[in-house]
Amino acid sequence: MAAFDHKDDSVVVIIGSGAGGGTLAHELTRRGIKVVLLEAGSRQSLDSFSQVPGEAFNQLTWLDTRTQSGNWGVARDFPTLPVWHCKTVGGTTVHWTASCPRLQPWELRARTTYGEIARASLIDWPITPEELEKYYALAERRMGVTRRNDIPGLPASNNFKVMYAAARKLGYKQVHTGHLAINSRTFDGRGFCIQQGFCVQGCKMGAKWSTLYTEIPDAEETGNLDLRIESTATRVEHEVNGRVNAVIYRDAQGHEQRQAARAVCVAGNAIETTRLLLLSESSKFPHGLANSSGQVGRNYCHQITGFVWGIFDKPIYFWRGATIAGVIEDEAINDPRRGFVGGYRIELVALDLPTLPLVGLRYGWGRDFASIIDNYRNLAGMFINGEDLPCADNRITLDANIKDAYGLPVAHIHVDEHPNDQALRKHAQGQMSRMYEAIGAKRVVVGPTPPATHNTCTARMSADPRDGVTNGWGQTHDIANLFISDGSVLTTPGSANPTLTIVALALRQAEYIAEQMKAGQV
Amino acid sequence: MNHPLPRREFLKTTTGLLTGIVVAGSPLASIAKLRIAPGRQRAWAVPLSAFTTAEATTLMAMARTIAPHDKLDDAAYALVIKAVDATAVKDDRTHKTITEGIAGLGAGFAKSPESDRVAALTKIESSEFFQTMRLKTLQVLYSSPIAYAYFGYEGEAFSKGGYLHRGFNDLHWLPDVPLEASGPLPEPEEQM
Repeated sequence: MAAFDHKDDSVVVIIGSGAGGGTLAHELTRRGIKVVLLEAGSRQSLDSFSQVPGEAFNQLTWLDTRTQSGNWGVARDFPTLPVWHCKTVGGTTVHWTASCPRLQPWELRARTTYGEIARASLIDWPITPEELEKYYALAERRMGVTRRNDIPGLPASNNFKVMYAAARKLGYKQVHTGHLAINSRTFDGRGFCIQQGFCVQGCKMGAKWSTLYTEIPDAEETGNLDLRIESTATRVEHEVNGRVNAVIYRDAQGHEQRQAARAVCVAGNAIETTRLLLLSESSKFPHGLANSSGQVGRNYCHQITGFVWGIFDKPIYFWRGATIAGVIEDEAINDPRRGFVGGYRIELVALDLPTLPLVGLRYGWGRDFASIIDNYRNLAGMFINGEDLPCADNRITLDANIKDAYGLPVAHIHVDEHPNDQALRKHAQGQMSRMYEAIGAKRVVVGPTPPATHNTCTARMSADPRDGVTNGWGQTHDIANLFISDGSVLTTPGSANPTLTIVALALRQAEYIAEQMKAGQV
Repeated sequence: MNHPLPRREFLKTTTGLLTGIVVAGSPLASIAKLRIAPGRQRAWAVPLSAFTTAEATTLMAMARTIAPHDKLDDAAYALVIKAVDATAVKDDRTHKTITEGIAGLGAGFAKSPESDRVAALTKIESSEFFQTMRLKTLQVLYSSPIAYAYFGYEGEAFSKGGYLHRGFNDLHWLPDVPLEASGPLPEPEEQM
């Protein structure tokens, strides 16, 4: 691995090593571009992943304080953990469950498709579906996505057998084990899925794609990557002319460092990406970097999620097997007759025993609460993944009162659900309940909305610089050599789990950055 | 459960002791691989450093009311109290919150019928005392090997080859899923 000088201003600094940052690091370094990759977390490995759920959570999760407000259920049920993403090399690709659907063409034209909706701040994507599809295809090949490119799907688990039978009873047709970045057979030097059910704790088989053991080691092999772990970016600096030229960060010892940069790519997950841009305010950029539009941190989307459990009178052992290996896609359509715009997917889910009462069930205690857990063997599970509408006032800001260990304000997350969000969730929960009842569930339990994992849209791509933060390449409208490279740039979330889109956009952005550098534009 | 400290240390730091009997054939007996001969019993004891035995008994009753699983060994609930005790030893504020909360419930709480205990806890549901105990109970109770055995959860699978050949698809009371909606099992020759 390379070690570049702190004063070397020919390097590109990438902040964050997850789906966006890790992929971008590989793509730039293999083109001969020197990259310093700053990662706030430490580095784990297949060996070191803990398989004790509570320990694994602490090992991988971003646990630094965030505050929150608003009427969403997360504020009530998970006051100290509004979002659940990772702080480790590989970022959230270490704990993700690897579902890789594509956004559909109409989802990229949300404003046109859905029309004017009160309170929503919808716009269309500045990229055409045809353009994005080229990069989806590249991303799917890179990640080894199942049911694409002749890669077989994963076999059906017990939990999926229940989902499949229930879905057929309701007449659903598009039901399968999913497009997953989980090896159904050996691929890319990684083993196949042995159905551990420990996707979220870090896949000890490495069967699940994660930048930790794919893109990052590949980037290291080029000799152009300087990965600095336990290094937390606190500020992006700029020259008088407005171009960014350095990143200030705290190293593993807590010492402040300054890395010079030719260009900076921020990929810290929507929450920390927003926070860093806002923390980097200056006399030239008094509202934060790249924020002349006032859109940084606004339009926060997280997708509509939530558990539904079916209790049956026979064992299912739903924890056995890949966590999310099942999907129903029939509701991923726009049909306003359902009472809402946008669509949702129904995805398979299971939770380990220690996590179920903490995350999977609504607040409760006593006989009724305990009786659900008494049926642990006999539970089947499904999860909603639906589109939420961007609203200007659903946003990430700097908390006025709470500071982190370095004295910097922590991120504050505010979400007031749009009526469309609530209507979509209600419809999904109704369908999922009917499904389980149709095949004889003794009881259906509707769970809470868990801490958000699909954090997007807070530095969105927009054709008009007044509507967003970046152009169609994730290049900020205000600063030519400052890029955003994570889910923040999604213009709207759609109903697809976001990682495949983040990877596709990173592959595309890397081409653009390399061209721009060659042309002397960056 | 033998205490790891020498006897003198044990006497110096112990403020209370939770005790119970292991039931032959229970999940705890099998987890602990205790050989309990017919007609004999085995007891366990959990030493406490912040609470008295009487206080801990109230907390035990509270944990059992928050998460009532009648046939789950007391030993599983004792682990919750041990965790609360460990926090209270380190943190005076927690210690004060818990001891005051226990006093508020009164001496008769542990022996009162479940409906009375539920009523008493419902009254204090919004208190920091109750919320601390609820969260600790949920965090600890379902994380122990005793609970894994009781609820049938098989846990970590990597060291056992996953569930691929250990029942991930052994459900037969519903029709099998057609191959086009799922996928083949990995080829045996691929397994190296």
